[in-house]
Amino acid sequence: MTSYELIDTVQELKKLYLIQKEELGLRLPAALTQIQQDAFNAFNQLGIPTTKAENYRYTDLKPSFSKIYKTALSSQEIQIEEDALFNCDVPNLDTQVEFILNGRYVARQLDLTVLPSGVVYGSLLNAWSEFPELVGKYFAKAADYKDDGLVALNTALALDGFFLFVPKNRQIKDTIQLITMLDHTDNLAVNTRNLIILEDNASAHILVCDHTFGESHFLSNSITEIFAGENASFHLTKMQNANNHSTCLDGNFIYQQANSQVIANAISLHGGLIRNHFHVKLDGEGANNITSGLYLTDRNQQITNHTLIEHLKPHCMSSQLFKGVLDDEAIGAFNGKIHVHPDAQKTEAYQVNRTILLSDTAKMNTKPMLEIYADDVKCSHGATIGQLDDEALFYLQSRGISKKEARLMLMYAFMDEVVSTIQIPGLKERVEELVSKRLRGELSRCNHCDFKCH
Amino acid sequence: MLKIVNLKAAINGKEILKGLNLEVKPGEVHAIMGPNGSGKSTLAAVLAGREIFEVTEGQIMFEGKDLTTLSPEDRAREGIFLGFQYPIEIPGVSMNNFMKTAVNEVRKYRGLTPLTAGEFLKMMREKKELVEIDSKLTNRSVNEGFSGGEKKKNEIFQMAMLEPKLAILDETDSGLDIDALRIVANGVNKLKSSENAVIVITHYQRLLDYIVPDFVHVLYNGQIVRSAGKELAYELEEKGYDWIKKEVDQLEAN
Repeated sequence: MTSYELIDTVQELKKLYLIQKEELGLRLPAALTQIQQDAFNAFNQLGIPTTKAENYRYTDLKPSFSKIYKTALSSQEIQIEEDALFNCDVPNLDTQVEFILNGRYVARQLDLTVLPSGVVYGSLLNAWSEFPELVGKYFAKAADYKDDGLVALNTALALDGFFLFVPKNRQIKDTIQLITMLDHTDNLAVNTRNLIILEDNASAHILVCDHTFGESHFLSNSITEIFAGENASFHLTKMQNANNHSTCLDGNFIYQQANSQVIANAISLHGGLIRNHFHVKLDGEGANNITSGLYLTDRNQQITNHTLIEHLKPHCMSSQLFKGVLDDEAIGAFNGKIHVHPDAQKTEAYQVNRTILLSDTAKMNTKPMLEIYADDVKCSHGATIGQLDDEALFYLQSRGISKKEARLMLMYAFMDEVVSTIQIPGLKERVEELVSKRLRGELSRCNHCDFKCH
Repeated sequence: MLKIVNLKAAINGKEILKGLNLEVKPGEVHAIMGPNGSGKSTLAAVLAGREIFEVTEGQIMFEGKDLTTLSPEDRAREGIFLGFQYPIEIPGVSMNNFMKTAVNEVRKYRGLTPLTAGEFLKMMREKKELVEIDSKLTNRSVNEGFSGGEKKKNEIFQMAMLEPKLAILDETDSGLDIDALRIVANGVNKLKSSENAVIVITHYQRLLDYIVPDFVHVLYNGQIVRSAGKELAYELEEKGYDWIKKEVDQLEAN
């Protein structure tokens, strides 16, 4: 059979599951196939979420799921030009580059690397076969497929993605740069699954660069589960730079134990429809989470940031900051919730969403929510939608700065608050540069990258 | 240098300046005083090109050019500087980047090459010393978290950096203690030359002890109703504005 199968409707997606089960089922670990079966059943019940569901109220997935896509079934013989790949490195940044193409881990040497320190990284599918107990202990434990159709779909269909395990007391010093690339001559639907496990006192940094190659329409439904053990520290930055025909549905499920710290940023530079979802569970005292997002959206692009931060234990801190600029006919949404459970006394939780609209036709929906069941907490939330400050604009102009440049300076300043939350060494400057280029309309592709993503 | 003839300006259809005349020559210091609401700040904003004000009649000529046709940035590049009564805080824009962009845009307009990083830093250092501004302030975002006095000093610092031909200082003395006032005034005096000119807008004669004007004008009800030497400022300090208002109102009644 061919490596790609046509799918155009949800029915076809379901058929794909059955084909996949038949083709690969026996080669997959039993634990995985069981979860896939359960998830498939859940998907049959749930289907693709519609705008009637509160969590998808502002994100109409129908157009994205109405196109005709092919989908990757098995590992292809993938030709990757190593040079091009290496050129995608962020300059002046000590990174270890890992590569995911069309949902499959691309090994430069080994499918799965096991370091003497006990650190394991590479293909999730390979991790299933080599460390089934370890993977089985965490897989699908943070991302609940029973109440979200996209999670169910991903869990039923995704085979591979990036796997990282950092054992107790181990630190990965270099930033891991995970380049996830969608590349095909035809329209392609891909489900990618990443699993990141940090045991107690472990730490790691990951920079994820989402790219599309060429002009095909892509539908990416990816899920990343992150487990941070006691006192673990994890930093995730996502740079999304996809073509205007692409749909990026990106679910991040973060489970944190006591005194762990996770910082996550989603920098949405380009993409037809992007939906970022962050579901954080703070399940140990003293856990700390900072989740932020930056969006620069224009033309007919759509961006949604959706968050659910659950405070389950006392003395945890969470802070959310989402800021963006919408131009032309762009549509944006922020739908964020802080949920403080009854036990979570002394919670500190903050949430801010600010958007600047540059045109009369851009549209922003924002819905910051607090749900508090404990009585001794410090929480705040707020949202603003506005234009650039005329007085500040005039102040800059009165010093000889052109209106165009002054507008750029103000937009850039507006977003600096989010960029400054990035703590990966060297990356902040790189993001600053990309944001500045994006604002100037100069970002057709990332610097030093041979893949022409647009 | 500057010639304003029968200037009328309005905001939201309400006329604020009602036929104002003023001429400023190089090397001169003009003080504009007047009661609240007489149009002093409007005059400053109109000269700098604030778009919310509409010039409905009259002329503003600056070095032979009609200012009213120029954008705010081009006016600045031509050599007009407005010291704001309430300087704007701009979080996220560093003073360094702000000044570098401004200085180089002005240079570009005048056909000069941009300053190198080294030249720029040297200039920053020199001007900071000149106007006695705390060097730490320029490492921060524009006016962010500055005290009232620091903001005003920062205005004078920007003036020093941009080397304007005509500086309009809109109530630069308001909110300053006596030490800050002295520093601000010293800065203005050091920047003064026979080539440039200053218009000082103020409520109080106090500032004029430090920045000594050649002319004092009283603005009332959108017009300059009296012009004289610096002695007029003392007279106003002593007697207030009521006597002038009365005179003018009487004249108009007739």
